[in-house]
Order: sequence, then structure tokens, then C-alpha cells
Amino acid sequence: MSDYITIALSKGRIFKETIPLLKAAGIEPLDDPETSRKLILDTTREDVKIVIIRATDVPTYVQHGAADLGVTGKDVLMEHGGEGLYELLDLHIAQCRLMVAGFENKPLPTDTLRVATKFVDCARRYFSSQRRQVEIIKLYGSMELAPIVGLADCIVDVVDTGGTLKANGLVPLEHMYDISSRMVVNKASMKTRSTEIKAMLAQIESAITMEK
Amino acid sequence: MTDNRYWLLPEGIAEALPQRAKQLEALRRQLLDLYTSWGYDLVMPPLVEFMESLSTGTGEELDTQTFKLTDQVSGRLIGVRADMTPQVARIDAHRLSHGQVNRLCYLGPVLRARANHATGGSRSPLQVGAELFGHSGVESDCEVIAMALETLQACTAEKVTVDIGHIGIFNLLIEKIGLNKDQTVLLSDMLIRKSVPEIEQWLADADFDDSYKKLISSLPTLNGASSLLDDNRQLFTAVSADLVEIIQYIKSLISRIERCFPDVEITIDLGEIRGYAYHTGMIFQVYVPSIKREVLRGGRYDGIGKAFGHARSATGFSADLRLLHSLLDQDKTETESRIFAPVTIDRDLDKVVADLRKQGHSVIKGLDSQHTAKQHSCDQQIEFSNKQWVVNPI
Repeated sequence: MSDYITIALSKGRIFKETIPLLKAAGIEPLDDPETSRKLILDTTREDVKIVIIRATDVPTYVQHGAADLGVTGKDVLMEHGGEGLYELLDLHIAQCRLMVAGFENKPLPTDTLRVATKFVDCARRYFSSQRRQVEIIKLYGSMELAPIVGLADCIVDVVDTGGTLKANGLVPLEHMYDISSRMVVNKASMKTRSTEIKAMLAQIESAITMEK
Repeated sequence: MTDNRYWLLPEGIAEALPQRAKQLEALRRQLLDLYTSWGYDLVMPPLVEFMESLSTGTGEELDTQTFKLTDQVSGRLIGVRADMTPQVARIDAHRLSHGQVNRLCYLGPVLRARANHATGGSRSPLQVGAELFGHSGVESDCEVIAMALETLQACTAEKVTVDIGHIGIFNLLIEKIGLNKDQTVLLSDMLIRKSVPEIEQWLADADFDDSYKKLISSLPTLNGASSLLDDNRQLFTAVSADLVEIIQYIKSLISRIERCFPDVEITIDLGEIRGYAYHTGMIFQVYVPSIKREVLRGGRYDGIGKAFGHARSATGFSADLRLLHSLLDQDKTETESRIFAPVTIDRDLDKVVADLRKQGHSVIKGLDSQHTAKQHSCDQQIEFSNKQWVVNPI
């Protein structure tokens, strides 16, 4: 058991946009993950460490208690299921939308729909709530290619500016969910270290309100 | 490469090799002795039952967790138990006398169709637990929590945290607001994840009394030190007298536990509604710092026996013996003393061996003259000296 609190972050956009919020709680990393190869970063607070992992691994780390806290997109959380996690804070960062996209002039088939996505569970749940039968094709990237080469009728993916869709001749068809990053907390950490974690969350929350 | 078909165990299924098996058995005896010392009688519910009795009043989650097969004799569906608590409740309601309080304990393997995080990926926990039937009130809730804490103290010297909640708060809200089934599922899902953002959004569109809204939006954060019960008194008073009564109940429960267990940290979580669907009142979970999930859980589930003929008040707890065992100090494993007896055919030797075994010693008899004490990791051996068989250290 560790005496310090571990926060799991992913490199890139989430890291950049989370750092100012953590600063409000007096937490600043001593290394830059973009230049350093370290995976565990010390911070200005001796009792806090940051681990750098893949965005999709954040819920897993926090669920198993390998990290006490973590920042991850709502899309990743929905796909993971969120068991054993608390999603106490919406950080209002890394905002985007989870959408169904396809060709503009080609109506989707009314019988079984072929959907290419990496959000397998999310897509299945969404379409079943729409009472649509689907066949899910799991892909890890370059989703936009799937309808073009006839692998799928449409895709489910996160859309930020819509640039990639447009460049490949696709348009957003249905808006599924608004996505932003959440602060997740391990259930047992929340129960056994509630004073420390609550204080930290309160400081971060006030920073979010200021940003707004 | 060896073919792994011949040795691979199914996902989430575990076995215990000699050393661990011995420790598990020792812990099993220790815990059952502990429960016996509190006056709890051991029962052994069957491994399989008809689905109707297994899933009565226990909710959908337990049903999907149950392995099912068709009974060739009756043609009916039978299930392998996924949780022994409802079985023990059936035994109390149907097989035992009801004019009195029944205290029962149990220990045995259960089987879960799917591994989940709460069981640490195991599909076959060794469930150990104790249940008290026929009394509703703070005294019996306090008794089972005290036994749960003594269970933990038997396994570890770590700091123990007990987190207390009450299903009655959520049930009261549903009833007062009149939420339908879909809305109830939605709200409980959001509360389980303590998703403040989603709850705020849901409340913005809801049209019911402000006092309820305030309580619901506070539930995800109404956790931590027990002082929050006094700090939020106005919030509770605004909702209803029933809620104030529940809060009062929790407070009197806490003061009792505090008195008996000054070293145990007690926390509150009024937004905690996770449990099996059969819980109706106080619920609790126990944590230790080295394990990042609950190690023990329990609570009150009045009325589960109704379908079996008698609605009975009930409260209790259960845990996975394997998880409790992992808390034990593994360095303390003492090596067992063993005595080696040579293969020699001799009536006196046989008598010495039999006597030693009767006294509780472990004696290994050589199977041929090549066998030595060392091969069998024995620390003593029987030797013939001065015309008699004596035990000598090696």
C-alpha cells in the first residue's frame, strides 16, 4: 500500500488541459511527459504522483486501484462500463461528440445495419435503445475508411471538428452523446482516504468553475 | 509445446495447492469457531436448487449470475448457487421454527456465471458468512457488524474501515417521488457511479419537490466522516420524518460500534445503494488499505423469507474466504513437523507409529528401503537403538 495518491493521465490533449486544473490543488508535474520517458512523474506535492498511461487504460488502472484518481473521456468510460469507479467531476475539457457518421446521400439500410467502431458496447447499447438491429465491426482506427471500402454502412466515432469526416466524404448523421473528460475515483480510495481526496476534488472543482 | 487443454482451468476458477489449502482450512475452522462462540449454528445449504427457490426475491443480477441446467429427473431448471445468503434465508423461513431468533453461519463454494470486479475476477469464491433472523433493530445490525469486524481482525492487523449506508433512503425517495421502474434503474445507475454531472442534468429536467431534488443531488457527496449526519440535518428534515428516523438509526448504530471498536474507522455513505437487490435497510462494507475493493459486505434484508412462507427480519454479512486468506501474514507460514518411519516390518515399530499418529503427530512410512527421511521433508525419524524404536531429530 502506498502513502501517496496516484493520478492516472494520458498524454496529449487530456494532459495539457488537466494540468491547469491540478495546479489549483497545488499539483504540478516535475517532468514533461512529452520529453521525458518516465511513466511515473513526481509532482510539487510529495504525497501525489502522476502515472502516464493510454487513455483507454485509465478506467482499468483506477478500477483496480493501481491509481486512486484518473482523468478520462466519457466515451472511454461508457465503453468500459465504469464498474468500481466514481465519476464525481466533469472537467469540461477535451470536449467532443460521439456520433454516427455515413454518406450524405445514401440512406442507411432499414434491416441489419453494419457499424464500424471502436466503441463496441456504446454502439450496441445506442442502437438497441433505438430498436435497431446491428452488426458491429470492431476496428482500432481509421474508421472513416470502413464505409468507403464497403466494410460498413456507417461508423460510430468521436467527432471534434468534423474535418476528418469531411475529407473522406462523410457527414455526421446522428448525435449520440456529448463527451468531455471526467475525474474518476477508485471506490475503495474514496472510502478509505475520503478527507484527502475530497479536499483535492474541491480545489479542482473551484478551478473548473473559474475557467467557465 | 504442451497442449493446454489438459491442464488449463476455466476462467476465474481457482484451486489450492497443499500449503494454501492448509491455511485456507485453518482459517475456515478459525472463523467458524468464532461464529460458534457468538452462538451461530452451522448450516450446509445444497450446491444446487430449483431456480424458483434460488432466485426468489433476489433480483435480476443474481439470476444472470447463476449457472443453470435442466434436471433430468424433474425436467425443471436447477441452478448452481451464486450466493448462499438466500439459501440460508430459505432454510430459516421454511425449515426452522419461527417463534425465535435464529443465528446461522455457513461456508462453501459458490459459482458465478461471470467474473466481475467486485469478486476480484473470481468465479468461484469460497463464501463465508453469518445471518441473524427474526429480529429487526439496531441490536442485531450491530451484532453482525461486530462479528464482521472480528472476522477481519482475525485475518489482519491492518487498519479496518467500515462504511455504512442505508437502502431505505433510496427506497423512500422512489416511493415519495413515484419513480417508475425505468427511472429507478436510471437513477440507481447514476448513483452507483456517483456521477454528479449526469445527476445534475437529470434533475434539471425533473419536476418534483425541491427538497427531494436537493437530497438527490447531495447523495453522491454525502459520504465520509459520520459528522456529516449532523451537518446536513436541515436537508434531511426538509424531506420527511421517515428520513430523519433513518438517520437517527444510523447514528445509534455508529455510536454502538464506536464503543466496541475504538480502532476501527467508521465512515458513512448515504449514496451507497450497491448491494444485492434483496437488501432493504442498513448496508455495510469493510475495507483495508492493502486491497482496493471491499473485502466484506453485508446488510439487512427483511422480508426475503416471504415467498418461502414466513416474512422474517434478517441481517448478516458474507465474504470470500480466499480474499480474507490473502490478508494473512504470508511470512508466518510455519513448517509442519513430520516423522519418518522406515519400511521395516516389525510389530513394535507399527505400534510406535500408531501411537504417534494417535497423539496427533504426522508420520510418514517409507515404502521401500531406498526411501529416506529427507526425501519426505521430515525433521524427525524413528530409529532402532538400545533394542527399542525411538524418535530422533535429524
